Amino acid sequence: MTETNDRMVPWEVFVQPRAGAPHEHAGNVHAADAEMALQNARDVYARRGNVVSIWVVPAAAIHASRPEDTGPFFDPADDKPYRHPSFYKVPHGTRNI
Amino acid sequence: MTLDALDTATKTALFEYLLRLGDDALILGHRLSEWCGHGPYLEEDIALANIALDCLGHANALLGLAGEVEGAGQSADDLAFFRDAIEFRNVQLVELPRGDFAFTIARQFLFSAYAHLLYEGLRESTFEPLAGIAAKAYKEVSYHLRHSSEWMLRLGDGTDESHRRTQQALNDLWMYTGELFEADDVLHALVEAGIAPDVPAARSRWKDMVTTVLEAATLQLPPEPPYMASGGRTGFHTEHLGHLLAEMQFLPRAYPDATW
Repeated sequence: MTETNDRMVPWEVFVQPRAGAPHEHAGNVHAADAEMALQNARDVYARRGNVVSIWVVPAAAIHASRPEDTGPFFDPADDKPYRHPSFYKVPHGTRNI
Repeated sequence: MTLDALDTATKTALFEYLLRLGDDALILGHRLSEWCGHGPYLEEDIALANIALDCLGHANALLGLAGEVEGAGQSADDLAFFRDAIEFRNVQLVELPRGDFAFTIARQFLFSAYAHLLYEGLRESTFEPLAGIAAKAYKEVSYHLRHSSEWMLRLGDGTDESHRRTQQALNDLWMYTGELFEADDVLHALVEAGIAPDVPAARSRWKDMVTTVLEAATLQLPPEPPYMASGGRTGFHTEHLGHLLAEMQFLPRAYPDATW
């Protein structure tokens, strides 16, 4: 296995297990462009599972929160329980709200 | 149409035909499997191994059916591992050593375009077990064609070196493509019976498919060579097949009762 060419960049892979379900992060692949990323994702993440759709996103296009953001970024919601959707009755049989 | 409905002459032709298809898939699958652990990068290593497994799956189904049609109690494994080179019916194209990555991709592209035509037609076979195998294989070879076509574009329209290597591979491989479209009595009889598609008649479609991709990839269609390789269908092979079989068949021949 030789060194990965510097034209190859990481892509994040999201797969959808069935129609209507959310695309979930599956992992990443190296590829030089979108079509190659899609094919690599298909070979690495979709071959053995039930997958109906794949998204590939250049890893560089994802702007993410930093680990040290945990406190100031997320804490304020903790003391405002009325923001949590836990006071509603969910109709029987409803999933994926 | 089921097996019982076939007359003896048709069964004989069908057995021969299934060996051709099964051997093409088996030998190409083995050549692809030689990339396992040697792929240019991890994802492509996995992709080539996946395609190799698809091909071995086709070989398993086709040779298994060949054994049933022959009716002499041979399994797919018997046919794969206990025949000598002269009894193999694959085209010489698939037995050539894997070469560099460009050679492997160019061969896969040329073969997958042919296999796409073949299985597309075979889905309509009047022999139901074969139509069933073809329906599944068609989806897989469609992906093989897409995968190899995309690589042809990137290698052909890539760097000077990738372009040069891919053009060289095409030029070297072209004389082995004639065999894919040879017609003989076996094929004529099966086409007549609606069991096999007339792939030789679709040769210009194949050439159009290939040409479209090559043009987009800035590659040249090789000139028609003065000589097209021939003989694989009747057991005449290059010196490479014997070496391939020696490796592929070693274990079952040394340990005939081995299971895994």
